[in-house]
Order: sequence, then C-alpha cells, then structure tokens
Amino acid sequence: MKLLFERSVSGRRSDLLGSCDVEYAALPEEFARKNPPALPEMSEVDVSRHYTELNQQVHGVNSGFYPLGSCTMKYNPRVDEDMAALQGFTGIHPLAPKDAVQGCQEVLDTAAGYLCEITGMDGMTFQPAAGAHGEFTGVMLIKQYHEKRGDSARKKIIVPDSAHGTNPATAVMCGFEVVNIPSAPNGCIDLEALQAVLGDDTAGLMLTNPNTVGIFDENILEITRLVHEAGGLCYYDGANLNAVMGIVRPGDMGFDCIHLNLHKTFATPHGGGGPGACAVGCKEFLKEFLPHSALMEGGDSIQVRSFSGNFLVVVRALTYLLTLGREGVPEAARNAVLNANYLMEQIKGTFVPAFDRVCMHEFVLDLSSYKKETGVSALDVAKSLIDYGMHPPTMYFPLIVHEALMLEPTETESKETLDEAAAVFRKLYELGFRDPEFMHNAPHNAPIGRPDEVQASRKPVLRWKKEQ
Amino acid sequence: MSYVPSTAEQRKEMLSALGMENWKELYTDVPEAMLVEELDLPEGMSELEVSRKVSGMAAKNKVFGTVLRGAGAYDHYIPSIVRAVTSKEEFLTAYTPYQAEMSQGVLQYIFEYQTMICELTGMDVANASVYDGATAAAEAAAMCRTRKRSVTLISAAANPDVINTVRTYCYGTGDELRIVPARDGKTDAEELQKMLTEDVSCFYVQQPNFFGQLEDADKLGEMVHEAGAMYVMGCNPISLGIMKTPADCGADIAVGEGQPLGMPMGFGGPYLGFMATTAKHMRKLPGRIVGETVDSEGSRCYVLALQAREQHIRREKASSNICSNESLCALTAAVYMAAMGPEGLAEAARQSMAKAHYLADALTAVNGVDLVYTGPFFHEFVTTLPESEKVLQALENAGILGGLPLEDGTVLWCATEKASRAEMDRAASIVKEVLEA
Repeated sequence: MKLLFERSVSGRRSDLLGSCDVEYAALPEEFARKNPPALPEMSEVDVSRHYTELNQQVHGVNSGFYPLGSCTMKYNPRVDEDMAALQGFTGIHPLAPKDAVQGCQEVLDTAAGYLCEITGMDGMTFQPAAGAHGEFTGVMLIKQYHEKRGDSARKKIIVPDSAHGTNPATAVMCGFEVVNIPSAPNGCIDLEALQAVLGDDTAGLMLTNPNTVGIFDENILEITRLVHEAGGLCYYDGANLNAVMGIVRPGDMGFDCIHLNLHKTFATPHGGGGPGACAVGCKEFLKEFLPHSALMEGGDSIQVRSFSGNFLVVVRALTYLLTLGREGVPEAARNAVLNANYLMEQIKGTFVPAFDRVCMHEFVLDLSSYKKETGVSALDVAKSLIDYGMHPPTMYFPLIVHEALMLEPTETESKETLDEAAAVFRKLYELGFRDPEFMHNAPHNAPIGRPDEVQASRKPVLRWKKEQ
Repeated sequence: MSYVPSTAEQRKEMLSALGMENWKELYTDVPEAMLVEELDLPEGMSELEVSRKVSGMAAKNKVFGTVLRGAGAYDHYIPSIVRAVTSKEEFLTAYTPYQAEMSQGVLQYIFEYQTMICELTGMDVANASVYDGATAAAEAAAMCRTRKRSVTLISAAANPDVINTVRTYCYGTGDELRIVPARDGKTDAEELQKMLTEDVSCFYVQQPNFFGQLEDADKLGEMVHEAGAMYVMGCNPISLGIMKTPADCGADIAVGEGQPLGMPMGFGGPYLGFMATTAKHMRKLPGRIVGETVDSEGSRCYVLALQAREQHIRREKASSNICSNESLCALTAAVYMAAMGPEGLAEAARQSMAKAHYLADALTAVNGVDLVYTGPFFHEFVTTLPESEKVLQALENAGILGGLPLEDGTVLWCATEKASRAEMDRAASIVKEVLEA
C-alpha cells in the first residue's frame, strides 16, 4: 500500500482556513524555520481514500472475535461515542471557570462515586491516562504514605512472577526495588514464598486478582493480611476486574489502592493502542496523596500528567456504567466468566489448559506438549487463527506457562461465536498433526505474510524518506 | 442493559455444558462472605434514557463561542475529515498492533505519524506517542539520566503542569529537579549557566514558553551542550509550521503536547504526547515504535520494532512502564497534518500569531492594560489587567472565555486562527467598557 507521502502531489491543497482578516505579524528571522516540513500535499478525497484503505487492513472488535487475553476486548457501544462527541464536552477548555464546567464535574464525580461503590474504595482520581500510568500513580501513593510516616526503610515492592511486565517496571519508576516471588503450582501466590520475603523493608505488594492465569486467588484475605502485618500496603492491579465487578470488591479483599483500566472493564475503545483512561482509587487514609493539576487546583501534590486526565474517555465509561446499572454490572462479569469457561470446555480434549479448573474471565492454554509432538508452536497456532478471521489470543504470556495462549472472550460474544471459535481451535489442533508445515507458514490469506521482525530491529527503518 | 448477546436459554445451556446449574458455581474460589449482595448503583438504562441523562450533563457546561485562553489547551479549527477518519470502527476498536498480519492499517498510520513528527521537529526518530506533553517531558528527562548525571533542570517559564509532572517523575526515581528561574518572562540564561553543574543530565525549555515568549533556544542549547548535558525542547506543534525546528536549535530530544493537531479541548484529554530524538538516542526512546520491514514474500510491511526496550520484555529493566499509549490521537494528528499540508499548517501558525498580535494591540489600547513582557511572542501573551475578575466575568457573560488569570495577578491570553477580528474587537470593547465604567 502506498504511503501518504507517495500520494502527495506538489501544490495540491484544500482551503480549510480562508484568508486572514487581520494583518500578519512578522516572525523575527532568527526564530523562523528554514524549510517547510515535508508533510504530504493532498486533497480531502485523497486523505479520505488513503485512510479508508488503511482501515480495511485493521481487525477491530467490530470486525470479529478478539480474544486477546488480559486486554478485555469487549464490544464498544456506539452511544458512548456519541456522548463523548457532544460539543458540551469536546468544546470545554480545561481551565474554564468552575461555574462553566459543572457538567464535567458531574461526570467525574458521578463516575468516581460509582467506581468507589464497585471497588470498595473511598477516593478516586482520573488523572492517569492508562493502566501502567495508573500503576505509577497508585504506587506513588504507597511511596508518599511510607515517607510521610518517616518509614524510609521500606524500599521493596513484591511482584509475583506471573505479573504483567508493567508491574515491575512501575515499581522501579517509583524508586523501589522489585522482589519477584514464584507462583505456586496452581498459578496463585505461594504463601510461603510471600512470607519469606515480607519484612521491615516491604513497601507493598502489587497483585492482580483474578490473576494473569485467570484464577481468583482463594487465599486473598490471608495474603493481604500478611502484607499489612508486615507494615506494607496492598496494590490491586485492576486489569482483570471484568471477571468480578459487582461480585466481589478489591476493598473487601484488603487492598488499599487500585487502578481500573476504563478501556478494558468499562468498554471504552482501545483505539489501536490508546487512549485508554485509568481510575486510581484508594482508601480514606491515602486520599491526601492523590494527584492534582498545578494549573487547575494548585497545591503541592503529585501530578502524573496535565489537567484532569482523559476526560472524554471517562464520559464513555460513565455512559457505559449508567447503561449497565446495578444489575448490568454483575451480569456482565458473570457472562464474561461463563463465556471463558464455556470456551475452555469446548476446546478441552484438544489443546490443554494450563490449569484445569474453573477459570475466571480468561484461561491459558499450554501448548508445550503439543509442540513437542507436532513441532507446531503457540505462534503457529496464533498465526493460523488469522486465516479464520479471528484475532489471535495473547501469546507467550504469562511467563510462567511455556507456549502459552491466553484467551479472554469477554461477555459480549455470543454462544455461536464461541462455538465457531472452538471448532476452529479443534480443527487447527488436528491440522498440526497432519500438516505442520502449513501452520509454520500461516497466515495464508492475510494482507501480508509473516513479517521479518529481526530485520526491523536490527536495521531499523522508523520513518519514510524521499530518497528511498 | 449489559450488551450480553446470549439469551437466557443459551446461558443455561452453557452452564449445563459445564455441569453447573447456577452461575454461583463459577465463583467458588471467592470466599462467600465477601460476595456483594447488591451494588448501590441506579438501575440500568435504555440507550434513549442514557443519552438523555448524559446529554443533560453536557448541557450544564458552558460552551464559549470565543476562546481567548490557551495555557496548554488550544482551540484550533479541526477539519471535518479528521473526525470522519478517527471514528471509523476498526481504527477505533482495535488494540496495539501486536499481530502485524491483522493490523497493517494501524502500523502504517503510526509509521506515517512518526515520519510527520520527524518532519515537524527535524529529528531522526519519533515514537508512536505517550500520554501528553507533560509525560513526554518527564519521559524525556528520564532518557537523559546517567549514574553520574542525575539532576534535571527545567525552566520556570515552562507550563506549571509540565513542571509538576516532571517533578513527580523525578520524585519517583529519587532524582533531583532544579528549576531555572525566569527573568522578563524568559529563561534566565545567566542563572542557567550557573546551574549547569557536572551532575546535570538535561535542561528542558518550552518554546514558545508558558508566557508565550520566544526563548533564545539556540543560545540555551549551546550552553547546555557545552556543559555536557542533554537539551530537551518542548514545542507547540502548530508553531513548528513556521518556527525553527528543535533540531536546528540543537535539541537532543523534542517533545510536546500534540493536542493542537486536531484534538478537541475536551476538558483536558485525551491528548497526545509526541517524542522525537536523534538517531544516537533511538534505543532510549520509551514506548511503541513502528518500523518498516518485509514479509515472507519480500513485500514492504510494518511491525512493532525495537521491542527489547519495553516493559513486556524487560520488566524491571525497561526504559519506561508505558504500555497503552494515545494511538488514536496520533492518528488524529496524522490526519490533521495530511489534511492541512505544509502550507495549511504554516497558515494556521501565521494566522494564530497574527490574531494574537491583533488581540494584544486591541487590549493594550485600553488604559491600564499593558504587555508584561516585551519580547517577541507567538500566539500567547501576558498583560496586566485591573479588576481582572470583573473583566473576565463580563467577557464570560458575553460568551467569551478571556485569558487565564495567573497567580501574580496578570492574565495570559491566547488567540488562534479561529478568533475573528470582529470577536476580538468585541472582547476589547467589553474590557474597555468595564475598566472605563
């Protein structure tokens, strides 16, 4: 496909601004640009067709099944988009006077109230822009808490080895040392391993529950109690809240602060990688440490980005929450769990679940023995799924399972879709024994074949250049 | 309503396929005492009801017909094609392009975006975006740190939200932030010279700065390099349509708030942090980066490149924890730049600058209103304003959002190409009326 720049025709343009009705001001020579940026020169129809063509080479949730584990690719309702596009929201300057932004404040307050109810927290901020950014915010609450108490020896954050990579990376950004602890054979926290590392230097524990293998840790109360007894705080990574919203609350599990990915659990679109939005909640005693904007509120609190966060994403999440309401929230969670268990059950007998037990909203397949028998890897299966119009599951994560494929169907998939997906998995399972070569070379019907990723990183070409 | 397509009958079938009768059997791992009986939330709503409810909230905001306020969020004209493209459902509902074969459209638009950011800034490499201009500045400062050089310097003439965000990130890693004072609305070069000690990793300057003034960016850059530190510039992307590139000013890293490139003000977000650097520092850039390669047939295609820097591979050794970024906003900026073209972008810059100077002239014609800083400015400027509260209220009553009152009693004004001569005349006459009443 042609790049924008290859469609550019010198001198082509649209008149978008019209003529200037005041005199131009002279930019002093020493501040002026030597050459204009080589942006493409296009008419509106060129732009429209270019992006329509690109859009046709994207698989979105609306295109088909997208069981990308841990990412909660549920359907994104269109009414949420309409609400976020209202001029009464888009046209609001973040520094407009308070009396002119009462509606925005109502959106934030209402969403915060509902999310506190769902999570059992007392305070909530929407300033962080994404999950990892929320982790940073939340762990900074823990840091401030210990520092304010003069407890400066608490330098360690405990992270299970099944955690998302963002957890350890976050702890380091907050100045903590990461203590990785191995998981128990059932994929949950190994209580002995936890106890062995807890001590006077423990700042806190970062935990996802249900965890990254899709299991609710039944020892959760014991875990949070142990951490608290050691003087640490418990951070809840809300990446997997979709399984339990309205069923059980992180606050009741003993967590002190949490983050919620609004773009996962609360159905706002993932936008090709973002924008997400993140709510960080905390118990009463941590509220004083929440971030604020220097320009909007002043003061000397921490601040993780400008203004009050990805507000228009919060509008979408609130619209979704209002739509679901009291009954809809747990109903969504129950069906997310039901769908995952049903799909796992339908695949069983072919590919093997890494943990053969009731799962939450997602489950992990372990293809290591299959690979030994057939030579077909998790990657080969993932690429083969593409030929069936299905987005592959998350591959090779969590790290504690080898040849992992992690599937999260979400509640917005129908039984028919799950049945069809299971049939494809079963078919591919057989195919691996018959024609592994075919699967090594998959996909066969995608716009491109497998890309050479090694070349991309060894000889990086990260921008277009004319002389190419 | 919960958007669950399965019927009650189907749910029952699925449960019985699992050998279960009741959904509670799905949650046997959850200690029973912890189960929530009922949430204290309102009942769910139909689409019509929810639309009425949320529209009602939007209606409680006041949309100003004329916006003469900037300070980090700018009211530029957004061409219609921008929203038409960015609301396409596939672009909207896909996630990070982990599977290149199924996401060439996303990968290519990011590659094009990276190219345009490089063109705009004159730098060699750009990433696929970070959260906003403030986090871009904080991430840039983190790129510069070494064991020997860990102190970050930032100009007091930078946006306060940016300063505070950088301060927070520094506090996180335990590194020091020192603020270089401003004089006459610009970075005090003499003070900077004194503060450029051997432990300084980088200096961040904003161009045009928070007060709208144009910094002597080349000179500051030379000083920074002479001291062996890195030079980070935070730029307004619209101004780069006509202003000297950060590369030409000697910047090692160029960052900025991308919101002016087609994103609505939206009460503060989602916005777009752009980041670009020289080839030398490419592997220190945080976040996603898309690269060109070939597929198994030898055809050109795009993939996520240099992933060995990132948290999902490096974990605690990653350059940043960023995972989700602002991809759809990067698309917005790309469509905006493609629609405007080099001439359109330059015109937006020229007109914004022209209007701001017209507004400054009109306001300062009123007795008691004077420019606080006398250096050249782009599209923002600071004035004195007696009885500022009363004046700004009068403007608001007339549907005009006036300048931003600053802590020292002065007011920071802004104009973009959207402000018409008639609107600015009207604003100036209201200021005059109030002050001469």
